[in-house]
Amino acid sequence: MLLHEHFERAAQRLAAKTALVVGEHRIGYGELHRRVRALADALRADGVQPGDRVLVMLEAGAEFAIAVHAVLRAGAVFVPVSAQTKADKLAFLAGDTRATALLTQASLVAHWRAARSQVPGPVSCRVHGGEAALEDGERPWPADDAAGSPEMAPRIDLDLAAIIYTSGTTGRPKGVMLSHLNMRSAWDSVQAYLGLREDDVIGLALPPVYSYGLYNLLMGLGLGATVVIERQAAFPLRLAQTLERERVTVFPGVPTLYAALLGVAQIERFDFGALRLLTNAAAALPLAHLERVRRLWPQARLYSMYGLTECKRVSYLPPDQLEARPGSVGRGMPNQEHWLVDDEGRRLPHGSTGELVVRGCHVMLGYWERPEETAERLRPGPLPGQTVLHTGDLFRSDAEGYLYFVARRDDIIKTRGEKVAPREVENAIYRLEGVTGCAVVGVPDELLGQAVKAYVTLAPGCTLGEREIIRHCLAHLESHMAPKSVAVVAELPRTESGKIRHASLR
Amino acid sequence: MPACAEPGEPVIEPHTTMDDIKAAVRRYIEDNFIMGAGGAALADSDSFLEHHVLDSTGFLELIGHLEETYGIKVLDDEMVPENLDSLESVARFVANKRAA
Repeated sequence: MLLHEHFERAAQRLAAKTALVVGEHRIGYGELHRRVRALADALRADGVQPGDRVLVMLEAGAEFAIAVHAVLRAGAVFVPVSAQTKADKLAFLAGDTRATALLTQASLVAHWRAARSQVPGPVSCRVHGGEAALEDGERPWPADDAAGSPEMAPRIDLDLAAIIYTSGTTGRPKGVMLSHLNMRSAWDSVQAYLGLREDDVIGLALPPVYSYGLYNLLMGLGLGATVVIERQAAFPLRLAQTLERERVTVFPGVPTLYAALLGVAQIERFDFGALRLLTNAAAALPLAHLERVRRLWPQARLYSMYGLTECKRVSYLPPDQLEARPGSVGRGMPNQEHWLVDDEGRRLPHGSTGELVVRGCHVMLGYWERPEETAERLRPGPLPGQTVLHTGDLFRSDAEGYLYFVARRDDIIKTRGEKVAPREVENAIYRLEGVTGCAVVGVPDELLGQAVKAYVTLAPGCTLGEREIIRHCLAHLESHMAPKSVAVVAELPRTESGKIRHASLR
Repeated sequence: MPACAEPGEPVIEPHTTMDDIKAAVRRYIEDNFIMGAGGAALADSDSFLEHHVLDSTGFLELIGHLEETYGIKVLDDEMVPENLDSLESVARFVANKRAA
């Protein structure tokens, strides 16, 4: 079965039902489906072939959902790109995937136009909204009321559905290749424990370009539920008002979002009686927040979860275990095997600490055109001819096998659930004149899991300050990669061979 | 100029107009966030959120700055996009708060 088939069926069954709420706008399944068909036709008209990669760089909203389903309908592979992405990185992604098309919006023109001029191959471009004067190879999206054809590209579930980029240790992002089967398997396993329903209203404040938000959007629309996209979650009061007004039943969050909600003055004045499911990922909820959430919304079941882009999800803690094991993310999920291994790859018994290894149909096919990095993560498993995913995450398990996150095995920083490669941030900081040395590390942070911190040495007479360095990073990197703090130091700790010793800075 | 004021001294004269506030906030945003480092020019009515000028941490910093500079207290229920999400709305909000 293909990733988008559930949506196709839901759309036909529930044409009059509200599929998406974005601010003041409500979009029904019928309209959404029509716009998906029209955009799929447009992609075909632009020459997009089955198997082609299509970059999707859009704000959270209806157009993002339409773009993803249209790409799938055209038999192509969607590559979600954060709307915060700057030109250099977008150009890199276009080149790395050899994408043939870009779906984007007028307000981001400065970034995508600069990127297009850097890419040698032809990339057709469909631009949503705005009155930006379009140049050669740039076309507007089909009109909202355009009717599309029922044509759907034949695909099988081994075909690629998506490539999702994640940070790599070398500082070059790498594309996680996910087949329809990978994504459907993850979906089925999550659904088996979470039990989302057609009558659910999902309050989505997470960015849908990353795995956690993306699956909530795809599954919500596949199940015929209503997805409320909240773009103003930076204003916690607005988020609380939306959850109440829309009678949201499912809220997927991360610790920073829960902290923001709990920080709203007299949060108890809001009626969140409809909430029945709360999920948390990216980092464990601080104990005090966990207790407040449970006291405020006792009717809602709270799931603590762990996952990574390479297989979407690995584990969830059944809500009835929260009291006994508040820091745990559980012991796996249906239709998956997992275990811990030591440095030699030997399987460890319960009660040990080691790297988490995962086996299942949801594990990625590999990193796009990166055989070496793929071989590091996908290694031969217990069955001949079958590989298993080495997550790079260290966990300890208790006597019953419940997992507790310990740390990353490499230098990769996990902040707000996103991986950040220190090298990628360091490269950006080194571009500042006067910077003579730089080391970026993750430091413990109660809400983010880890926070990005930069240590910098400067040339004599250079007066760069923390704020200028952060601002420079914000201009060249997505905001979650920019350091939260910068320390200007006299020198960086180095090994005898002169390499910077990151470990001693953490 | 605010930068020359001694710590603890009020840095804005009482007759400050909305345009003064707008200009000062623009300078603050440019000095501390992406603008100075190559961002596109920001119109007075452009949303900070939609133009990725500020994220949730950025808004908290902006609020701290407004409270310190203008001697106002931003109440929890005032932390909404209508008051804070563009140069125009910040200027209007601060001017109203100071008049109150």
